[in-house]
Amino acid sequence: MKTVTSPFRFKGGVHPDYNKELARDLPIETLSCPAELVVSLSQHLGAPATCLVKPGDYVVKGQVLGSRTGFISLAVHAPANGIVKAVEPRLTASGGQSPAVVLDTTAPAPEGVDPTERVLAPLDWQTAPREDLLRRIEEAGICGMGGAGFPTCVKLNPPPGKRCEFLIVNGAECEPYLCADHRVMIERADRIRTGVEIMRRVLGDPAVRIAVEANKPEAIAALERAFADIAGDVEIVVLPVLYPQGSEKHQIYATVGRVVPEPPALPIDVGCVVENVGTVAAIADAVEKGKILLSRVTTVSGDAVATPKNVEAPIGTSYADLIAFCGGTKGTPAKMISGGTMMGFAVATDRIPTTKTTSGLLLLSERRVFRYSSQACINCGRCLRACPMNLDVAEIGKAVESDDMAEAESLHVMSCIECGACSFSCPAYRPLTQHCRRAKGTIRARLAAARAAVASAKATT
Amino acid sequence: MKPKDTSVRYLLSSSPHAHASVSVTRLMLDVILALLPTTAAGIAFFGWPALWTVLTCVVSAVATEALCRRAMGREQTVGDLSAVLTGLLLALNLPAGLPLWMAAAGSVFAIAIAKQVFGGLGMNPFNPALAARAFLLISFTGPMTTWLKPFWWRSPEAMTTATPLATQEFPGFADLFLGIMPGCIGEVSALALLVGAAYLLVRRVITWHIPVAFLATCAACALVLGGAPVHVQLLSGGIVLGACFMATDYVTSPASAKGKLIFGCGCGLLCMLIRRFGAYPEGCSFAILIMNAFAPLISRWTKPKPFGAK
Repeated sequence: MKTVTSPFRFKGGVHPDYNKELARDLPIETLSCPAELVVSLSQHLGAPATCLVKPGDYVVKGQVLGSRTGFISLAVHAPANGIVKAVEPRLTASGGQSPAVVLDTTAPAPEGVDPTERVLAPLDWQTAPREDLLRRIEEAGICGMGGAGFPTCVKLNPPPGKRCEFLIVNGAECEPYLCADHRVMIERADRIRTGVEIMRRVLGDPAVRIAVEANKPEAIAALERAFADIAGDVEIVVLPVLYPQGSEKHQIYATVGRVVPEPPALPIDVGCVVENVGTVAAIADAVEKGKILLSRVTTVSGDAVATPKNVEAPIGTSYADLIAFCGGTKGTPAKMISGGTMMGFAVATDRIPTTKTTSGLLLLSERRVFRYSSQACINCGRCLRACPMNLDVAEIGKAVESDDMAEAESLHVMSCIECGACSFSCPAYRPLTQHCRRAKGTIRARLAAARAAVASAKATT
Repeated sequence: MKPKDTSVRYLLSSSPHAHASVSVTRLMLDVILALLPTTAAGIAFFGWPALWTVLTCVVSAVATEALCRRAMGREQTVGDLSAVLTGLLLALNLPAGLPLWMAAAGSVFAIAIAKQVFGGLGMNPFNPALAARAFLLISFTGPMTTWLKPFWWRSPEAMTTATPLATQEFPGFADLFLGIMPGCIGEVSALALLVGAAYLLVRRVITWHIPVAFLATCAACALVLGGAPVHVQLLSGGIVLGACFMATDYVTSPASAKGKLIFGCGCGLLCMLIRRFGAYPEGCSFAILIMNAFAPLISRWTKPKPFGAK
């Protein structure tokens, strides 16, 4: 094992105010269990889980609430004992609704029900067959905890003909305010090591690159200690502090110098699998201890939170309970953000539950909220220089404002990773990221409609 | 859906929720600040007429902008300082002593015809100040090519002269660099202009590409085409002002680094060709205007290649 500095610097990127000092040095605290949990059946990328419970059912911790529905899908488990109060659509952080199981965790267990937590049998990862390890990662409900929520069992099982040469462990955490991954790296470096060794077995012994931004020296030191005597090709790659260093494509370039082609290409097409540090630690717990993914670490921060904290809370805890655990609000919060300030979702209410991908919850005062009215583009080129995908964002923005989605598509808008660097840099306060997002949504919907039309035409003939 | 879930308490907006706190107004202000040394030098060398020209141009540009926006029923944009900058740039491209009504007419042309007719800031194909200078040069060739001598009040018997580019009688290096020579108000002092350009580079308002490509091409052309020594050609006329402040106008130049290099080279080449073979002794402003017309084409040639694209 050795520590190296990344020799590859991607083009573009920005330097937002990181504000990490609010929560960087705070050890993870555990929120035991709120009176109500709202467990979304759609916490991962892909099809929502199929609900297996109904109102009135008593469920125990670890019990399956919803089963995996398709290839890209995952099971959802009860984070605590309780009675199912309702199965109904609930607001999600992204502004939509998804079906959720509402649990009353204060209800006592009915007569004859065994209230013991459901756990999986621990596996010896050094001897267990690869298939058992994969099945365990699936059964434990593990998805990418960095934000996208891609089912990990799918990612760790590359399609035939594709080989994983590099396992990249993403500890960049380049989003402002967020420190959850930072704390996991400091406090659970040994878990990350075990997770890496399990994944290495599952993926056929790839080289391992652990990517950490240079502003996390404590995390780098903890990882160096934990990985000191590991065998094989393992490197801790120290990345320059630059947003969006944690983006999958840019992390692959920064660590191994490979470029992922345009969508629909995936990292595995260039021999890479990228997993977030939290996910890797969850894999270690699932295999070695039989623990199902029922809680996660979330950074609660911002200048309108009384005491910022890194909280390990059961999945399904409402934002209101998280904030109450952090001493409530301070002053008058103007904006609540699920995630970080660059890519997080602004939410209107605190009655939204955490999911497996809730990395942060921010409460910002009016002083920290920027309001703008946009002006005409002055062609200064800042968006182009900031864009890590090297897109002609100004032209895409103009195309979208003229509703010319074909032009936006020809300008490669589908490659946009929505990192926010363009809007962040625009002196005319133009909503460029937002324009790209709209174009991508419109184009995707059009493609889906075209596919549906083809399918129905086939069905009628 | 329960009603309690729908009560909106916090501000909703689409990410990102952070901004680099750079604004159009701040950028315009930075350019204005960067032009203050050369403005001061021009006023020091050419006296009160220079000051009156600057004030006339700025005031009439701002007034024209305000009136145009009102007449068009569009939101008021005087606050973005772009009209102040255009007025100032025009004044710096005029000879001190030009009748003030002509200076004011130039500002009206710059704002009303070269900028607002096209839709205002960001929409104009040509640099408004240079378009106005070309308009004045063609309409009032005599006054526009009559130059006050620096410190003319010391020798009242011969206050005006021709530009060194026409007479080919150049002052020494120190005077060339400091700007003790006849010329437009803001173009004479290379020292003051370079101080301002350095400020813009440090503040990252402009990048090095256009000024360096422009000046390097001019130097190369001066070597190849002959005539006065290279440093004399670079330091006389409007090349430094043009390369650092006129050609770097965002709206009328390409945005990509490669595009800027092509644009800067084109400006330098045309400028020196006009000087050597054209009817005018100075070709800087026409060169930039012609390249303004090519800017969209250059942007098309130098489309950025997305990360990961074939």
